[in-house]
Amino acid sequence: MAAHQPRSIVLPQPLALDGGGVLANVRIAYETYGELSADRSNAILVCHALTGDQYVASTHPLTGKPGWWERMVGPGKPIDTDRHQVICANVIGSCLGSSGPASAAPDGQPYAMNFPVITIRDMVRGLIGLLEELGIEQLHAVVGGSMGGMQALSLAANFPDRAARVLAIATTARHSAQNIAFHEVGRQAIMADPAWHAGAYYGHDDSPGAGFAVARMAAHITYLSEEGLTEKFGRRLQDRETPGFGFDADFQVESYLRYQGSGFTRRFDANSYLYITRAMDYFDIAGEHGGMLADAFKGTPARFCLVSFDTDWLYPTAESRHVVHALNAVGAPVSFVELSAPFGHDSFLLDVPELDRVVAGFLNG
Amino acid sequence: MADGILEGGGTGLRPDLAAILRRVEPDTRALDVGCGDGVLMAALRDQKGVDARGIEIDGACVAACVAQGLSVVQGDADHDLTFYPDGAFDYAILSQTLQTAERPDRMLRELLRVGNRAFVSFPNFAYWRMRWALLSKGQMPVTRHLPVTWYETQNIHHVTVKDFEELAATLGVTIERRWFFTNEREVGGGSANWRAEYALFEVSGGA
Repeated sequence: MAAHQPRSIVLPQPLALDGGGVLANVRIAYETYGELSADRSNAILVCHALTGDQYVASTHPLTGKPGWWERMVGPGKPIDTDRHQVICANVIGSCLGSSGPASAAPDGQPYAMNFPVITIRDMVRGLIGLLEELGIEQLHAVVGGSMGGMQALSLAANFPDRAARVLAIATTARHSAQNIAFHEVGRQAIMADPAWHAGAYYGHDDSPGAGFAVARMAAHITYLSEEGLTEKFGRRLQDRETPGFGFDADFQVESYLRYQGSGFTRRFDANSYLYITRAMDYFDIAGEHGGMLADAFKGTPARFCLVSFDTDWLYPTAESRHVVHALNAVGAPVSFVELSAPFGHDSFLLDVPELDRVVAGFLNG
Repeated sequence: MADGILEGGGTGLRPDLAAILRRVEPDTRALDVGCGDGVLMAALRDQKGVDARGIEIDGACVAACVAQGLSVVQGDADHDLTFYPDGAFDYAILSQTLQTAERPDRMLRELLRVGNRAFVSFPNFAYWRMRWALLSKGQMPVTRHLPVTWYETQNIHHVTVKDFEELAATLGVTIERRWFFTNEREVGGGSANWRAEYALFEVSGGA
């Protein structure tokens, strides 16, 4: 992972974490797209999802693939880099250049499981630290889907003056029991792999790729819809006419999941996956604000827009509505729309033209 | 009683919406329940500096509103008003939707809970053409303002001018002002229950 040197800064102040500890010398890796205006008012912070990164609209240094939201971010795109400077940073806990379990601890060795458990709010604290360093007092908007949407909502709740607009897509204000359950399956798959070595696999020749791939396969199913899976794969067989009556990947859907799992382990760190899924499980904005979600947004000066997808069963429409009702209760200007798309939770990343119109309209209105 | 406006007084708005636009005080807060593509909200915002919010059930309409910079929540007027606090708005607006409510009486109460005043417009089922269609054909009327057959229509609670006035009295709701329209022109209040194709009421109070 050494060839690419990500653009990054080290925060001058240590981060005080929700878990009680303090993280010093926090490195935040980030990318920017477009020019910052003279009055520094045109910045849009895009927050990435669980396994995302700062390469929102530029080539991924490890995979060589296009940025993960190039259909949304770029010149003339709905998040228009001709008009805005888009900032996207790798969250702390991740592995694309920001401080995480693979980073060197003060003793020079990788943190591994000595990295402190972090929360979504801790990630946002890191992002706010980055904005401080970049001299951006208030964002034109903070935007994110899935875990990125959690960060957008957390930023609005905890740093209300930092963003004039908050666009949260396919997300939730709290992780449900079902969300936590799926994440726990993934974590246990990683930790059950003998090559995990209680997280201290960095110096070893092997790594918990097998367990990690299983984690990714299970999670990937939650990002898709049954309808989408049926349409894409049905019961079709992979490279054969008849069932093999064995345990090879007979079905196309098996082959697809295996490919997704193995490809993912080559670009992502298993310990980062543990830490970030944990952060998402702890996510509960209401819990951080005395139990009432509305209290988290009381007096907010921002405009909000929430978008859900009808086939998203990971963060279903009801979760977005829950946030909308809290915002209504405090009189915040909020828009909400449930869009129809066949791709399940992943719809926010895929071709949904109506999403483009909503995003562009909200950011420019 | 008639303001003498024709075809929305040059605003391009439907005349009941134009009447609302004229009546709303500047720099107030308004909730447009069933705001459609946001034409009234945009006019309230642009011409009166109103902080306008909307509820709309149709996703494509919501997307169109958001694209104009309007704050609109996709939702169902029958259930989603409850999430707004008492007195959150100076005005609650319900245009041509009362007759689709599950319970128009509760809807009216909810409007006057979240808004200090409410504007309510609806097609008048006692308009003489309705009466004539029912009398002569013996079938549920299909007209310009009620264009859908009885089995497909969302208008499940047909209402007349007289019915609405009676409901207001029952609920202790004060009728501040009323407008009547036929052929997209305002008409006088005399024999409105016969002559008005649709009606707009400005109401306040209520228990």
